[in-house]
Amino acid sequence: MHSEATARPKTAAPRAVARHVERSYPLWFYIPGGLVYVVLFIVPTLLSFYFAFTRWTLFDSTFVGFDNFIQFFAEPGLIGSLKNTLVYGVVTSASKVVLGMLLAVLLSGPIIARGYLRSVTFFPVLVSAVGVGLTFQVLLDPFNGVVNQVWTAITGADGPGWLTNPDLALLSVAAIDVWKGVGLATLIYIAGIAAIPNEYFEAARVDGAGAWQQFRSIILPLSFPATSTVILLSLIGGLRSFDLIWSTTQGGPGFSSDVIASVIYKQYQAGFYGLSTAGNVILFLVVTAIVYPLSRWLNSKETSL
Amino acid sequence: MRKSARWGIGIGGILFTTVFFLVPFAFIFTMSAKTGPEAARLQFSWPTEFVLWENIVAVFQARNYMLIVAFINSFTLTVFSVALMVVFGAMVAYVLDRRKSKLNGLINAAILAGLIVPPAVVPTIWVMQSLGIFKTLFGLILIEVAFGLSFTILVMRAFIATIPREIDEAAIVDGAGPLRLFFRVILPLLKPTIVTIVVVQSIFVFNDFQNPLYFLPGDANATVQLTLFNFQSQFVTSYNLLFTNILVITIPMLVMYLIFQRQIVSGMTAGAVKG
Repeated sequence: MHSEATARPKTAAPRAVARHVERSYPLWFYIPGGLVYVVLFIVPTLLSFYFAFTRWTLFDSTFVGFDNFIQFFAEPGLIGSLKNTLVYGVVTSASKVVLGMLLAVLLSGPIIARGYLRSVTFFPVLVSAVGVGLTFQVLLDPFNGVVNQVWTAITGADGPGWLTNPDLALLSVAAIDVWKGVGLATLIYIAGIAAIPNEYFEAARVDGAGAWQQFRSIILPLSFPATSTVILLSLIGGLRSFDLIWSTTQGGPGFSSDVIASVIYKQYQAGFYGLSTAGNVILFLVVTAIVYPLSRWLNSKETSL
Repeated sequence: MRKSARWGIGIGGILFTTVFFLVPFAFIFTMSAKTGPEAARLQFSWPTEFVLWENIVAVFQARNYMLIVAFINSFTLTVFSVALMVVFGAMVAYVLDRRKSKLNGLINAAILAGLIVPPAVVPTIWVMQSLGIFKTLFGLILIEVAFGLSFTILVMRAFIATIPREIDEAAIVDGAGPLRLFFRVILPLLKPTIVTIVVVQSIFVFNDFQNPLYFLPGDANATVQLTLFNFQSQFVTSYNLLFTNILVITIPMLVMYLIFQRQIVSGMTAGAVKG
């Protein structure tokens, strides 16, 4: 079978080749996936650009122009969510890049108990965001929680209200997000580092490069594809984050940890479908405006390496 | 690396991961083995009375065996949506890699949009209502497929590009039609990426909270994630049962990961990261 194929001369007329290509790779293969995708993703996205400008009850809608957007940007509780979304996305994504790479470098070296350490780092990824959220709600309890018990034992003072202090709540949730997600970032980095040919390290060792120099001149630049994957995935996830915030603080206290995704849910629950959809459009614009140019830029850096 | 360094970093790593990653898990476990009043103290201690089994039974019986219904719903959701994602995604990735057509640009743009754009919630509900699939498990399965397809195609296409075209040619010469070529020759060769996709997407779909909340509301249709709120009310929380529930619904994913963990990294190396 194989020999026949490789021996086959590639001199068939271009048109015949084109026809056989068409027959073997039919375009209708796009249809099953495409249909689901267009009906349940593209169509609602396009509709959102109309319904965001309406007062909407699901049965009928009245066009109200920019009213929903004016309300979104006028109310402190709503506009605050925009800032929180950006802070949350940047903090979680940056921490996952740094910690993920650090852990991956350690777990790629010839250390003892490597397999065990890799598994343990990945375990939090397997627990649902709601499960993690509820667990940390208890661990971070201001009075009886394990974290503050340890805090008091070490410093002698009362620990802060991690999730109940308006200045801390958002960053606490971001930290929980990093705890939960760093295992996936580490896994992507481990795969990226494993793809670097061993000859580079051997050559570096022959030239007398130390561990730091190997990291600086080989691992850091050559794991760049992994870095751009981690940055993009965690930034997209962070900007859209809902589950974890909802299960830890529900956007509180006050509106101090509300993000756009939780505002969308609250407005939906309250029956303000037009306003909720306007939130969706704003989230769409924020995510696209940040992630699209960033992915173009990371891609261009990747190819120039 | 010198022997002392191997041990030093290893032991440091064990200490670090124990404190940061294992303690929360140990906490979940010990809490779920405690009695209600003892768990309410929220302390990290070994249970004085070990009642894990009693708690598991109580969690399953709660609210008229809701957790059993939820497990059936969640398994159905995960199995069908991930299976459709893999087959539909592989079909798109395969033709996209093999055939240069005018559609390529459009499809690449759609894949990028699927990764970046957050789904528009209420308009999606409106479309689902018009189709009569809102509040149905079938509807939620299609939703998970629609939202997970982009990532699946992206990972698979990078892998398909590494499969030599000579294999296609050979099958075509042997008289295989497009369906036979794809399902009998190509799909089996995709096994490494399929394992990666199945593990990653199963974790995502099984643990998903947001989409069931929006698109499959109601206790009758609950997925396992929604049962977590059974033991929490505004005034009283049964912490021992809450943590037993967290433990019970995490076990399926933990088992799956432990079975496939070796293949995940190799599938990633072949697909996502290199691409």
